[in-house]
Amino acid sequence: MHPIRKQRLMFVIFIVCFSSLAVGLMAYALRENINLFYPPSKIVSGEAPVDTLIRAGGCVLPGSVERAGDSLAVSFLVTDGAAQLQVQYEGILPDLFAEGEAAVVHGRLDGDGVFQASQVLAKHDETYTPSEVADTVQNTNEHQAVCEGLDYGT
Amino acid sequence: MTWQWFHRLGSPRWFYEKSGNWLPWLTAVTALLLVVGSIWGLAFAPADAKQGNSYRIIYIHMPTAVVSLAGYYVMAISGAVGLIWRMKLAYMMMKSAAIVGAMLTFLALFTGAVWGKPTWGTWWVWDARTAFMVLMLFLYLGVIALQEAYQSHDTATKASAILALVGTVNIPIIYKSVDWWYTLHQPATIKFTSESTIHPSMLYPLLTMIAGVYCLYTVALILYTRAEVLQREKRTKWVQQLVTGAGEAR
Repeated sequence: MHPIRKQRLMFVIFIVCFSSLAVGLMAYALRENINLFYPPSKIVSGEAPVDTLIRAGGCVLPGSVERAGDSLAVSFLVTDGAAQLQVQYEGILPDLFAEGEAAVVHGRLDGDGVFQASQVLAKHDETYTPSEVADTVQNTNEHQAVCEGLDYGT
Repeated sequence: MTWQWFHRLGSPRWFYEKSGNWLPWLTAVTALLLVVGSIWGLAFAPADAKQGNSYRIIYIHMPTAVVSLAGYYVMAISGAVGLIWRMKLAYMMMKSAAIVGAMLTFLALFTGAVWGKPTWGTWWVWDARTAFMVLMLFLYLGVIALQEAYQSHDTATKASAILALVGTVNIPIIYKSVDWWYTLHQPATIKFTSESTIHPSMLYPLLTMIAGVYCLYTVALILYTRAEVLQREKRTKWVQQLVTGAGEAR
């Protein structure tokens, strides 16, 4: 290769390496802030700010969803296997919100450690199954990749 | 001496003539893959157990997203070749790749938002995947804009090639964002190291669509580059002959 072209090649490699390094350091510095939500264990251990708009995310604990009879209020527990967080919400839940599925809630943590949500989003997992196939694996949780293998504790 | 073949490859005229021969075949393959893939995916693939029919947007969303990421490398590598070998054709291809890539990125973002509304419950969330994807759209648009930002065409293409190279760091970040951080966007469905978490009856039309969009990308890239070749080489004899019809005697 011609020496001038070799020099230009070095220049190109330098740009790519240098920008990767710069962005890598930036991402490292911002690593916590890039997360969309806090897992329940970090909120329970006090790492999340109180009374500030934050998001929390985890799997909705099966059997924990309680709906009020006379309003749209709903309360449920989200868990990451290590800790559980009580969430209260009033409004319409997304269609894909379900027990044993992942959800992301947006709102404030009150002084009692209860999360007052103003928005509930369903986090879809990466599995796609036709309903006939899903019926046969219904009770084995095989189709729940995000919440799969999660130990819900007692 | 050994690099001579490479320089011949970079001749705009050679590219224009060769690509004219490939285009009809490539267009036919593209149309076939896209028609088969979309009819298969939209009409014959079974509905998803949880999402129902709304999951079918994956047949457009995922192929466009995958190809917009791969297309970024096409743009950056063309830019690097242009910088190193001062090859005009590489710069022309970089410009075309920026236009096609920006369109695909926009399509991926738009279909993702449409899918997010019934699935997540919101059109848009600023999680790592979506935010870095928007950053890529702006990198594509930046490369297009920089081409026009300088009086000197030579300076403009060099500057945009450098921008394209700097942006390459974003591509692995987009790809790994769902694994590195907590995001609302789900992790990858098609996995290279383990079994994909999509039923084969849904996977095959998806793979057909991915192949189809790759071909569509190639066709669009060639068409844009051909137009760019004619634009840039309009003062050369062969283009003038081609346009005035004298070329028909060839």
